[in-house]
Amino acid sequence: MSAMLQLDNVTSAYGAVEALRGVSVEVNKGEIVTLIGANGAGKSTLLMTIFGSPRARAGRVLFEGRDITAMPLHEIARAGIAQAPEGRRIFPRMSVRENLLMGAQAFGVDPGPGLEQAFTLFPRLKERETQRGGTLSGGEQQMLAIGRALMSRPRLLLLDEPSLGLAPLVVRGIFSAIRTLNEQTGLTVLLVEQNANQALRLAHRAYVLVTGRITLEGTGAELLARPEIRDAYLGTH
Amino acid sequence: MSGASRLPEGPHVGGVPHNDDGVPEPGEMGGIPRGPEAPASRPPVVHALRDAGLAALVALGLFVPLVGLRTDVGPSGGGLILRTRWADVAILVGIVFAGRLAMNLWSSLRPAGRPRTARRTAQIARIGTFVAPLFLGFAVLMPLLPWTTRYGLDLGVLVLTYVMLGWGLNIVVGLAGLLDLGYVAFYAVGAYTYALLSTTYGLSFWVCLPLAGIFAAFAGMLLGFPVLRLRGDYLAIVTLAFGEIIRVVLLNWVSLTGGPNGISGIPRPSFFGLSFSAGGGPGSFADFFGLEPSPTHRAVFLYYLILVLALLTNWVTLRLRRQPLGRAWEALREDEIACRALGINVTNTKLTAFAIGAMFGGFAGAFFATRQAFVSPESFTFIESAIILAIVVLGGLGSQLGVAIAALVLIGGFEAFRDFEEYRMLVFGAAMVVIMVWRPRGLVSSRKPSVALGERKAISGDLVGEGHG
Repeated sequence: MSAMLQLDNVTSAYGAVEALRGVSVEVNKGEIVTLIGANGAGKSTLLMTIFGSPRARAGRVLFEGRDITAMPLHEIARAGIAQAPEGRRIFPRMSVRENLLMGAQAFGVDPGPGLEQAFTLFPRLKERETQRGGTLSGGEQQMLAIGRALMSRPRLLLLDEPSLGLAPLVVRGIFSAIRTLNEQTGLTVLLVEQNANQALRLAHRAYVLVTGRITLEGTGAELLARPEIRDAYLGTH
Repeated sequence: MSGASRLPEGPHVGGVPHNDDGVPEPGEMGGIPRGPEAPASRPPVVHALRDAGLAALVALGLFVPLVGLRTDVGPSGGGLILRTRWADVAILVGIVFAGRLAMNLWSSLRPAGRPRTARRTAQIARIGTFVAPLFLGFAVLMPLLPWTTRYGLDLGVLVLTYVMLGWGLNIVVGLAGLLDLGYVAFYAVGAYTYALLSTTYGLSFWVCLPLAGIFAAFAGMLLGFPVLRLRGDYLAIVTLAFGEIIRVVLLNWVSLTGGPNGISGIPRPSFFGLSFSAGGGPGSFADFFGLEPSPTHRAVFLYYLILVLALLTNWVTLRLRRQPLGRAWEALREDEIACRALGINVTNTKLTAFAIGAMFGGFAGAFFATRQAFVSPESFTFIESAIILAIVVLGGLGSQLGVAIAALVLIGGFEAFRDFEEYRMLVFGAAMVVIMVWRPRGLVSSRKPSVALGERKAISGDLVGEGHG
């Protein structure tokens, strides 16, 4: 079976600085795959390269068998990939509802089912529907970012550090929502995280990225058990 | 956002408070000392005195070279002598001291309650629902009122022209968040399009009006392409240059535009084929309706023409705000990266904003040309762009009512102070400072959601972030 998303020996760089050096990653349909690594390892760059900004210098990105390496950004989104970008990036002056509608609008899809899904998944958003995005708490903003990404009815969801700056309890809520989504709708998720412990528990498979190279891969449970992972990313205490 | 950042959000990564949506805390904005933040340990009066003293010191430093020292031609006719005016300096410094002291005392005595901007925003939102139809009613009835003079009518036309330009620029700056310092270029393109087409090919105003809009929109796209990748300050500089380029081209392309001499004898518009000739001969407006020929007819007609054009601009803007395109503009103003992530074609969104904003500038330009019957590059200098931008900023970015009020105050104010020509700029500057101190986000700084279920809640501009174009 060929993978839903396949990164084939991808190299990516900012000017002269190489951020990814020949990375190969596969995400199969229905999986939650997580990518962990330290600051500056290239995790976010990998997600952004899938989305075409920056473009891969070498190698190929395949989505459902199509080569999307050189596709314009908005067409990549239209191919069925959605992204909840790092730092949430919700529209602060637009209401929660408007934020959600923005997620559907470039695709010409009916926003109805997406809104319903977002509100069932995160009842909090329903309560805050008319409130301005900028007045939400960090956790609510993250919920909104995920809900907004789902509005385009994507087949693959890219999540960039959804736990960033959130309280542990809120992170747990967000992660369990991701699991629910995956189990109930079969949504494929590629998750980039610094919070390795929780990410590995959530994911079916995981990759470890160190200075632009994949150093380890395996199932979430396997990696959780490995001593070098425990030392480097989980803390031994 | 302030509400959100006050909630405990867990440990911050890297020790830097996480506020990545760029929304300033209330205290960060404007740098204006707020009453409750004054150090509690010192009594308010002492603090106020200290602060006023500092302000007076700064004023002294400024006024000594500016006012205190003055060079005059010496009595013998040759050489300069230095005159000092210490008394004037003392008076000015005294005014600054007293003013600052009064301001400080007033703010420390003010009861601490709801933030005043929030309260005022609620008030303005309430007033706005009454004021807007009132303004519209007045604008429609103005030419019919018995005490309206010809001068008042001309002033009304002028104000409405700027209202329209403000609303047009508001699409680019207020909605899409693209700072455009060269808006006058599109005004010029519209004006010259009509002037050239009508004098060269004899086309009527009604044929030229859409053409002027199309040409200006085309100019907007032309500007849009090279600046697609620019934001903020850089964008502002390039648009400023664009405005100047258009003006310099008009000035130097003598064979087409007549250069500094401009184009004169531009035909006046007709009312469904009926002209407004002064003699009132056959086929004229006065003759057809059996009226006494009067130059006021044309003035009234021009007034209603610009009123309709301005309302068209407003109507289109309000409609577009509810459409996907308008929402995409607002989203672009808020966060360009998020727009990309949501699959929005940022290129097209920016270009349509430039084009549609420019189109209304072009309409206004064609109107300007037909009203003046004469155009020259002198009418399209940078100061025009600056005034239009000032109207948009002072009115409150993105607020239609605010822009209309600001146009009325600024343009009407200019006229009202015509007798004090020398002090006009002084008053203008002072008005700007006052508005920016009291209402830093513009006169009407709230934004109602374009799409809402049930009740629409307006929110103060202070409580949410600015877009970073």
